[in-house]
Amino acid sequence: MNLPQKLQILADAAKYDASCASSGAARKDSRGGKGVGSTGGAGICHSYAPDGRCISLLKVLLTNACLYDCHYCINRRSSNVQRARFTPDEVVRLTLDFYKRNFIEGLFLSSGIIRSADYTMELVIEVARKLREEHHFRGYIHLKTIPEASPALIEMAGRYADRISINIELPTQQGLTRLAPEKNLARTQEAMGHIRGKIDERHAEKRKPDAPKPPPFATGQSTQMLVGADDSTDAVILQRADVLYGDYRLRRVYYSGFSPIPEPSSLLPNKPPPLVREHRLYQADWLLRFYGFKVDEIASDAAPHLDLELDPKLAWALRHRASFPADVNKAPREILLRVPGLGVRNVERILSARRYTRLRLADLLHLRLPMKKVLPFIVTADHTPARLGLDDEALRARFLPPPRQAELNFDAPPPAAGDLLSVRSGEL
Amino acid sequence: MRTVVIQPHFEAWRERARKLLALGMPPDEVLWSDDAQEPGLFGTSDEASPLGAVPKVPPAFLDMARRVAAHSDEQRWGVLYHVLWRLTRGGERHLLAMATDRDIRQLQQWGKAIGRDIHKMHAFVRFRLVGQDEATGREQFVAWFEPGHRIVRLASPFFEKRFAGMDWSILTPHECAHWNGRTLHFTPGVPRSAAPDEDALDELWRTYYRSIFNPARLKVRAMQSEMPKKYWKNLPEAPLIASLIAGSRGRVENMIHTEARPVKPAPKNSYLDSLHDMNAAQPPPPDDPAPDP
Repeated sequence: MNLPQKLQILADAAKYDASCASSGAARKDSRGGKGVGSTGGAGICHSYAPDGRCISLLKVLLTNACLYDCHYCINRRSSNVQRARFTPDEVVRLTLDFYKRNFIEGLFLSSGIIRSADYTMELVIEVARKLREEHHFRGYIHLKTIPEASPALIEMAGRYADRISINIELPTQQGLTRLAPEKNLARTQEAMGHIRGKIDERHAEKRKPDAPKPPPFATGQSTQMLVGADDSTDAVILQRADVLYGDYRLRRVYYSGFSPIPEPSSLLPNKPPPLVREHRLYQADWLLRFYGFKVDEIASDAAPHLDLELDPKLAWALRHRASFPADVNKAPREILLRVPGLGVRNVERILSARRYTRLRLADLLHLRLPMKKVLPFIVTADHTPARLGLDDEALRARFLPPPRQAELNFDAPPPAAGDLLSVRSGEL
Repeated sequence: MRTVVIQPHFEAWRERARKLLALGMPPDEVLWSDDAQEPGLFGTSDEASPLGAVPKVPPAFLDMARRVAAHSDEQRWGVLYHVLWRLTRGGERHLLAMATDRDIRQLQQWGKAIGRDIHKMHAFVRFRLVGQDEATGREQFVAWFEPGHRIVRLASPFFEKRFAGMDWSILTPHECAHWNGRTLHFTPGVPRSAAPDEDALDELWRTYYRSIFNPARLKVRAMQSEMPKKYWKNLPEAPLIASLIAGSRGRVENMIHTEARPVKPAPKNSYLDSLHDMNAAQPPPPDDPAPDP
């Protein structure tokens, strides 16, 4: 099998992993060195596929042969997909050739599990080692790690990589037992805890005055959860994400709507969930991380699903009409962050400007806020909204999108956060 | 009313603006315009102004002005001078904190457009291998790019840091940037025909692009908002887009109508056995929902 054939199979096998971030790495570049590469900026999407997803990294599997039988995955052992395997040198060559042409930010390497977790992990690490040590490559490297791999190997992966990740795939053990019988939630979280310990440790060493510079270690870890492959509710998915952000300090949880695959399994509906569900989960995720919301304010056991037609902040505001209107000239940051249509940056702009002036509607127009959404919820020097006294359904109807809905940019949740500066790709 | 014609770059504006400010010339008495003549190579005349008292402005204003200067809108010089005036003579020292101010908002919009243009240049430049330096052994690459604004100088340091280990040139209609391992230098713009059309790796890159695309989640508008069509003519992968879109429906239909594969028992394998044993021994996490009865 020639190289283009392998690339075709092993890129196809990798495309169901939504992660493509190339931001958040330690600052390094190739000046004064022998090779190429730089990281530490916002991350760049070098192309976009017609699925709207960013192409930032060479995302491939080392091999798509796999011992595991995860039913949502095209590479599971019971699938009849054609198998291929790169040699480490082939991946190294491809990464460097693509990088020098400015096609990519670096490499995202994963692999089907062959022989054992440790054996597979060693092959993956060998690619990263060659890139870093033999070719002085200073671009971005993201390595997928395996929870069952020995801690020493995971540490070695972290030394060469800018980011490491373990996919949790489903939010409950129950779901894994049914659909991914080799995977285990507790072991996955244990491995994430180990990686978090290493990242924290390295961070602490860097802060010590006069200490020698510690060897590099990945600056973050991320994971992916499939949406719609099992019957987990949005509440269950977000509760799991909250644990991962809180206890394991993940940089990102990616939500990947299950999409039909060739070689479907009889255990799964080969029918995708509405793509808008994935989009709402990303919006909810943003509310948890940057807007001070708690999971049970967004989705709870009593109301476990997000409203597909309204964004979760607007849906929350409509359920809490008594908290509004908020006075843009007086309300504290945490209240302004809860106003529908106000993003983190515009809240900062408002806080900054109101130190010098009493804000009026014209000022907000200069900020280009979505006024129709914002106005019912705010007071300005020259505006007081009509009371939000309508009954639930009538009020909700006011905010529903017109019948022909514009195509949503699912991989790019609304700009809000610092890391939005980056990708626009799921990482926006 | 005074008309000021300057070369379209930041240093030229800064020099004139300092002088006008020293003369106490109010913004509404100055008409700024770009020198229509394409500038020759301008040196970076960054020397201090000969005038004694240089007005103090927040460093953030200079950063913003440097960016805005690269924009193609002729109004930019006047708005920059107006804001400079308000920051200094006007006594509005806090002006930059006022994103609600019309002038500031305008500068921010221009700055954002420049930032986006630079970002897209970093993303969409495509280097083509043209040779190898016989003396140094360094690979030599050339790229063609058409930025929307005059951003070559602002965008080039990124390429220097990233591709320090190779020799490269980025050619554009306005200005070209070159790196030889020691210095970054600039030459006047050239026509498209000066750059190579293809690279031996383009076909392999197209193979990757074709394979990483998931036909089951077509979102053409999302793609185009981040990769507008104006860039497509210089992207080797872009010619594939139409056929990938056209073929996606049939591919998904095929997947949906493929007969589902049954679950098979696990093969005899000692590593798999060890995993299954571990899983059986592991208590479920305390936060897992109770199993269905």
